[in-house]
Amino acid sequence: MARNEHYDVLIVGGGPAGIAAACCAARAGRRVAIVDDNPAQGGQIWRGMTEEWTAATQSPLAASWLRRLREAKVEVLAGTQIVARPRDGVLLAETDADACLLAYDKLILAAGARERFLPFPGWTLPGVTGAGGLQSLVKSGLPIAGRRVAVAGSGPVLLAVADCLRDHGAEICLIAEQAPWPRLVRFGCGLIGSPGKLLQGAGYKWRLKTVRYRTGCWPVAAEGDGKLSSVTFHAGSKTRTVACDYLACGFGFVPSLELPTLLDCRLDGGAVWIDDWQETSVQGIYAAGETTGVGGVDLALIEGQIAGYAAIDCQDHAARLFRARERGRRFVGALDRAFALREELKSLATAETPVCRCEDVSRQQLEAYGSWREAKLQTRCGMGPCQGRVCGTAAEFLFDWQRESIRPPIFPADVGTLAEIRPLGKQPGK
Amino acid sequence: MSRQVTVAVNGKSVSVPAGSTAAVAVAAVGLSQFRTSVDGEPRGPLCGMGICFECRVTINGRAHRRSCQTVCTAGMEICTDGP
Ligand SMILES: Cc1cc2nc3c(=O)[nH]c(=O)nc-3n(C[C@H](O)[C@H](O)[C@H](O)COP(=O)(O)OP(=O)(O)OC[C@H]3O[C@@H](n4cnc5c(N)ncnc54)[C@H](O)[C@@H]3O)c2cc1C
Ligand code: FES
Repeated sequence: MARNEHYDVLIVGGGPAGIAAACCAARAGRRVAIVDDNPAQGGQIWRGMTEEWTAATQSPLAASWLRRLREAKVEVLAGTQIVARPRDGVLLAETDADACLLAYDKLILAAGARERFLPFPGWTLPGVTGAGGLQSLVKSGLPIAGRRVAVAGSGPVLLAVADCLRDHGAEICLIAEQAPWPRLVRFGCGLIGSPGKLLQGAGYKWRLKTVRYRTGCWPVAAEGDGKLSSVTFHAGSKTRTVACDYLACGFGFVPSLELPTLLDCRLDGGAVWIDDWQETSVQGIYAAGETTGVGGVDLALIEGQIAGYAAIDCQDHAARLFRARERGRRFVGALDRAFALREELKSLATAETPVCRCEDVSRQQLEAYGSWREAKLQTRCGMGPCQGRVCGTAAEFLFDWQRESIRPPIFPADVGTLAEIRPLGKQPGK
Repeated sequence: MSRQVTVAVNGKSVSVPAGSTAAVAVAAVGLSQFRTSVDGEPRGPLCGMGICFECRVTINGRAHRRSCQTVCTAGMEICTDGP
């Protein structure tokens, strides 16, 4: 039998958006909890950070929110994954040890985003990781000192990742940004009105001044015998091969939509649709942070606060943050235009390159079909444990295939946990 | 993070800083292959955040555990010969 808990406000996701939402909602004795799959708190950007550590280093922003979280007496359920919705108002969660049923009056979805990985020959070799992916592994203890790393893909996050890895002792041999230089110059000029962002970018560039940063450059093949030893890049009219131990490669981020989809929240343009109060199309369910669109930590914090206040009917507090949210969204629009992915990336994968890594389905096998649904039925792509989180996102970019609705569990779960899923709407009193 | 935890990877004992994930322990014994794919290819961690399942290993006899999301505990037995 699973444990049962009831919360006034339940928040899924313990990143900046979830933390901000929790701090604002935890007022007047309300019972508030954050559920997060990660063993450590902080979501992606503040992964594993503790208050003492961040205060002593360069992240006073993280430190102040983590302190607020502790003082707000929010329950944090770490290492806990939401896998299904047994009935309205209740989520089923699983930990390493057991299962629990979490009931709520109001729910805030702050499930964040994940990296977009694109297939190219050799991308399945051990040593080829995500950009944020390698950073996360290093933040959870992976030794990187003395290792040669090429960082590639797209977006300002490449600089953040390179800076962090170098801090941990890695030798960064190249940063390859797919976007063309003129677009980045235009983007940089547009930042004049946001001195904070400009300074942050300049800081990275200054610390990484000895590292080669190439624009209009992307990986075309990863080579190695059983593990990565070199990467060939397209650079201008030539190709160039670089010896390295790791290729940290991510082509931007996409919102995580499995849970909102499961809860019947309407989607709009690849993100969760929300109204001014961050409420989704389902009454009583709010969404904040990158699950509503990829916008970075500052916007995630603002959206989280608005959602937290709105969920406890403090609309006046929430409304004071509307202008800041508007500014944040304008910045995101500029980012999207600057780092839009180029068409050439669609032809990196050859006929034999696996697109679905769980079931080893090649591009050629997928291309025989006209839609995601058909390809899935015939080839098993997207039916492995990642449930299409990697290959479905790639297929969306490569073939413009739309994915269908999701079926529970949204993560592979134990049989014992699944026994808790009863048919929807068959619950006495519901 | 100065305290160490000792675990076994494929029967080989290794110490890692307390708080490290099982993925760190696998890398610490010099392995880059965490699992073998359907077609017999070596695979290792990709996303580092629990969504790709490429880092999966057997932990204390339970198959398909994500090593990047599992924190090492003393005496943990990690095995990388699974699919
Ligand atoms: C791998 C990675 C690295 C990044 N590195 C940087 C960086 O260095 N600098 C930077 O400025 N930005 C970085 N970003 C962008 C960063 O994610 C955002 O700026 C910010 O963290 C967004 O905050 P959020 O609260 O919306 O989501 P997140 O911080 O992503 O938090 C969402 C949380 O929800 C949890 N979750 C999702 N689904 C479930 C579920 N079903 N059950 C339980 N828990 C669930 C996730 O485990 C996660 O912890 C990175 C993103 C990723 C994916
Ligand atoms: S590396 Fe992707 S799930 Fe662990």
